[in-house]
Amino acid sequence: MTITTDARNVRDRSTAPAIEAEHLVKRFGEMTAVDDVSFSVPQGTVLGMLGPNGAGKTTTVRMMTSLTVPTSGTARVAGHDVASDPEAVRRSMGLTGQSATVDEMLTGRENLRLIGSLYGLSRADVRRLSDDLLERFSLSESGDKVAKEYSGGMRRRLDLAVSLIAAPPVLFLDEPTTGLDPRSRVELWDVLRGLVRDGTTLLLTTQYLEEADQLADRIVVIDHGRVIAEGTPLELKDQSGQAAIVLTVSHAEQLDEARALLASHVTDVHVDVPARQLTAPADGLADMTRVAAVFDRSEIVLDDLGLKRPSLDDVFLSLTGHRAEQETNHTTETGESR
Amino acid sequence: MSQSSSTGTATRETVAPPASEYQPPSLARQVQMMVWRNLKHTRRQPEMLTDVTIQPVMFVLLFAFVFGGSIDTDSSSYREWLLPGIMAQTMAFASFIVANGLNMDLEKGIIDRFRSLPISRSSVLIGRSVYAIIHSSIGIFVMSITGLVIGWRIRNGFVDGVLAYLLLLLFGFAMIWVGILVGSSMRSVEAVNGLMFTTIFPITFLANTFAPTEAMPPVLRSIAEWNPISSLVQSMRELWGNVPPAPPDAALPLRYPIITSITWSLLIVAVIAPLAVRAYNRRTTD
Repeated sequence: MTITTDARNVRDRSTAPAIEAEHLVKRFGEMTAVDDVSFSVPQGTVLGMLGPNGAGKTTTVRMMTSLTVPTSGTARVAGHDVASDPEAVRRSMGLTGQSATVDEMLTGRENLRLIGSLYGLSRADVRRLSDDLLERFSLSESGDKVAKEYSGGMRRRLDLAVSLIAAPPVLFLDEPTTGLDPRSRVELWDVLRGLVRDGTTLLLTTQYLEEADQLADRIVVIDHGRVIAEGTPLELKDQSGQAAIVLTVSHAEQLDEARALLASHVTDVHVDVPARQLTAPADGLADMTRVAAVFDRSEIVLDDLGLKRPSLDDVFLSLTGHRAEQETNHTTETGESR
Repeated sequence: MSQSSSTGTATRETVAPPASEYQPPSLARQVQMMVWRNLKHTRRQPEMLTDVTIQPVMFVLLFAFVFGGSIDTDSSSYREWLLPGIMAQTMAFASFIVANGLNMDLEKGIIDRFRSLPISRSSVLIGRSVYAIIHSSIGIFVMSITGLVIGWRIRNGFVDGVLAYLLLLLFGFAMIWVGILVGSSMRSVEAVNGLMFTTIFPITFLANTFAPTEAMPPVLRSIAEWNPISSLVQSMRELWGNVPPAPPDAALPLRYPIITSITWSLLIVAVIAPLAVRAYNRRTTD
């Protein structure tokens, strides 16, 4: 793809990816933080970059957003090369960093005005867009309060609102929900879904498997600076071994009978006596429907019958040999190396 | 979505309106916004100004009324002699203001936010510097008023009077670069304060700011006389007519204070500015 300074040309090429990374490498002295990372994000879709602390996610985002110069490789945002035309890249993207980078001593509205004016928006535009954004992020009532007084969730929302003031077509979010309580997290997810519906292309990094599962069209799993897997959430789940039929019997005395019945249709039945639960590998939904029909005709009473797909956590474990979420307490800022 | 592009026709459902349709503002406007931001900080936290208001006024009172009686100067009034010294000290502390502010912005990631915007890289530093000059000028203004109250006067003409203030500003400009260097190099605001208090603070005393250099031991006296602050203070005192010109046997920098002061300020800029820019770039690129 040729590099052009005319944004309209890029825009018309609707098939061109909004974000592209080719063989990105970043070394800090001896340490290789990012090692040959490539991916591309089609317009209007969400790429989730999933990996534990220190995997190289932040460094990758910093390279994509022109904050850090790659050791080698190329990156393009909205068709603009990050190395040769960082100015055009900066005009086409918004960035919400790992720590909420709002000015604590300014009010929400003043934060929006500061960044809006620096993008070159007129005062009238800034005022109108600020009102819209504060409204959309449920900050209307706190718009004139100093950001210092905001809660963590409000700060994140303000940070995101600030990134959106010039309506960038591409948005980078570095661990947008780290440190948020579950409710604020779900609220932020809704906001992000809204943005994507409106056509924004999103790249978000996360250490939460659930977050990637919830938001991303495609996921790149990154560990020790390398991409170790890529695909849709479903593909990744399928990759990490089989689904299983899980069946809970109502009465303990029917457990043996149930085991025999199940074993006559599938192999490898595993029994958990105290839980009155039977587990067996299944190829998919067809297997489960077959089993459901068999039990429906029998005298055995079931509490529950279902197909358990492996979670992304299982995926991560099978890919890397260690779990993605090593810490249970995510309230602290992550200390990923830069 | 209510945000429409400036073409007014494109909607986000079909094509995303690129942010690039906004023309980046001029450098002057960028700097103006940076200064606006800092002035807002000052308005929210007026105690940020204590370093250029209450602190120097306190020094004036302390030295004029507590130590003044035991300090022998060749001026008719110690208070009049003292005031230019405190003004120079206040201006030297411009480096504190820049170093602290810049370091805080770097630590909090605001600089990264600015760097992700389509603006000139220098606007952050220029904005900080302009604000520091405004901040210190408030101090100089307060000092001048305080001085007038306790008996300091500008006794020579208007041109000389203004020239003294300009020399002071030029020195402030040099000190800003020191601030950028320190602010970019240190890892925390505490480290910045620690370094500044153990260097700049004593340097402002090891001069003719509060006491004449004549009474100092020989080595200290030479250092004090060659201290950039001494020639600046001597210039201001002479230009404002607070002291007679230095005698012919005085040290070279004090016999030609104006040219020495200008040379010092330019020299500091020439040496420190490239180091400061390098430190800032290093801090912000990786």
